[in-house]
Amino acid sequence: MPLSTQSQSQDEQYVLVANLDNARNLSNILKAITCKDHAVFTATANGLKVTVEDCKCMQANAFIQADIFQEFTLKEDMVIFQVNLTVLLDCLNIFGGSTAAGASTALRMCYMGYGHPLTLFLEEGGVVTVCKINTQEPEEPIDFEFSSSNVTNKVILQSESLKEAFSELDMTSEVLQITMSPSQPYFRLSTFGNSGNAHYDYSKDSDMMELFQCSTTQTNRYKMSLLKPSTKALAISCKVSVRTDSRGLLSLQYLVRNDDGQICFVEYFCCPDEEVAPSECEQVSVHLV
Amino acid sequence: MQCVVTGGNVKVLGKAVHSLSRIGDELYVEPQEDGLALRSVNSSRSAYACFLFAPLFFSRYAIPTGLNFRCKMAIKSVQSVFKSLATLEKTVEKCHIGLDEQKDRLTFTLHCKHGLLKTHNLSYQDSESLEAVFDKNSCANVFRAQPRVLVDTVVHFPTSLEEVTVTVSDERMWVRNHVEDEAERSKAMLTELCLAADEFDYFAVKAHYSITFCLKEFRGLLLFAESTGLPVSMYFDEPGSPVVLSVTDSVLEGNFVLATLSDNHDLQKSNRGGDADQPHPPDDFMSDDMDAYLIAMDTSAAPGPSTADPPPPSLATFRKPPAPNYRTRTHSEEEEEDDGEEDPERPPDKKFRSLFFGSVLPPSSQMNTQPLTTQEVLASDSEDETEAD
Repeated sequence: MPLSTQSQSQDEQYVLVANLDNARNLSNILKAITCKDHAVFTATANGLKVTVEDCKCMQANAFIQADIFQEFTLKEDMVIFQVNLTVLLDCLNIFGGSTAAGASTALRMCYMGYGHPLTLFLEEGGVVTVCKINTQEPEEPIDFEFSSSNVTNKVILQSESLKEAFSELDMTSEVLQITMSPSQPYFRLSTFGNSGNAHYDYSKDSDMMELFQCSTTQTNRYKMSLLKPSTKALAISCKVSVRTDSRGLLSLQYLVRNDDGQICFVEYFCCPDEEVAPSECEQVSVHLV
Repeated sequence: MQCVVTGGNVKVLGKAVHSLSRIGDELYVEPQEDGLALRSVNSSRSAYACFLFAPLFFSRYAIPTGLNFRCKMAIKSVQSVFKSLATLEKTVEKCHIGLDEQKDRLTFTLHCKHGLLKTHNLSYQDSESLEAVFDKNSCANVFRAQPRVLVDTVVHFPTSLEEVTVTVSDERMWVRNHVEDEAERSKAMLTELCLAADEFDYFAVKAHYSITFCLKEFRGLLLFAESTGLPVSMYFDEPGSPVVLSVTDSVLEGNFVLATLSDNHDLQKSNRGGDADQPHPPDDFMSDDMDAYLIAMDTSAAPGPSTADPPPPSLATFRKPPAPNYRTRTHSEEEEEDDGEEDPERPPDKKFRSLFFGSVLPPSSQMNTQPLTTQEVLASDSEDETEAD
């Protein structure tokens, strides 16, 4: 493979080298968090985490574990850089992004460190393209301090039914209200639009509901414009976990299977619009998927 | 008021709402003893549509005796309840419609598979009754066809086309696009289709009329007819008189009443450019002799459409008359507004005469002080649409 014939000395200069036989395993998941122009890439021994933020109250993260990559070499403990996400996606799809059988783009992503561009070597059918994307000063991602110990309510749903609800949501509503409760209506999505209000209720006994752990009744509202991008992640996921903590902060975790059947995660955090029902902080032990 | 629709009927209801949205922006809802009536009218009052769902359409139809309720709401909001028709079919088990008069809300609750419940609380405005005055039985020309025939006909016209002209003879129906401006006729693409009487389930012509009406609204009815597979009946008289399109089965009846262009305009056009004896429609574009010859072969010397001819005295029927359950509404009061002008500069809508509307006041009329007009009177007092729970 042409990409592996890099000179030895060049390889030593890179602090990060990541190889993927199928670039779609990266581009598909990055599309799910594209709501802003730039993204912060954080590479650790665990793998790659890509973060996009909006208005300091919404954050989307995509996790691609190290074992998804055919090669993942890191010379430092942590490598952080920021690039224009749209440009990166355009490069990853430079060969057209078609899903023709057998044709896949191979990727070799290399980074020399602070001040250097991100270099992408893309190959398909013997044709190699080299892209160099300028990196930017990384903005530090917000730490929402969402810990499992602070989680008050949690449900895990099969994505299929939630996709239906999200596709029908009344977009004239400025907010999406989420109610989680140990009693009726259990799990409810509500909108308040021009024509009236609408509620989508999921029963805790529904066969779409894989896990239902709600200890207190909580109702929180989130700006629709901030949550709308999460439908992209929902579209490619098979399961979604919805959690709220005592502050009403929302955590949506999506389980995504890539082309090769490997599991990746996408996570959305969103701050509530206003506090509707402040609830007590409880120690709840949760099992992450 | 409590109505419950189950199974496949939910999709039929949704289709009716989408179909009505092709007519106007507002949906008029009136629960009656003989069923639930959903109506719509366009802004220029040149198109009216009504779907009446009999109590048997519902698995439960309970309206309090003496309920005198009618309302209207933005049709888009009702459409959002029945947004994805494909999903409706697959996942909705039943749809419950309830009325909350205290909060001025109509609630649609969809019970779906997998324990999902969708509740839509839609706000409405009070409205007066909306009914068009028309009598299907008195129309000279009556036709009935499977929806497929009509869908296959209109598919040949571009979606941007405003109006079509339908011309009938004893054995044939011609459908062609209507071009406003005489100057444009030479530049415009003219499309014409000819349907033979044997393509129809019923074809009864008493007068060789040629009517022009709005295609978009016609497509609205076809949308519904095609998905339910119900045959479409068409009734019309002389130009200027509305054309009525109906779909009926044992539990529902849909009527689309569309205004047609008035007489003078059509007559002038058909007299120009030729010989009514030639076996092809007197259109300017048929100047090529070969074309005329081919058309002559095709129609096998059947006379072409001619609105200049006086209606023949004999009735031409090709099928046994059907015995459907047509319900007619004849009202004693009729008010006619005559838009005799033929100003080609004006947008198409206004050229249509407005339909005859009977303003049907509720029996226990509280609106004594309001004048009797052809337009329904709004009695809404609130403008706000949303209410936080």
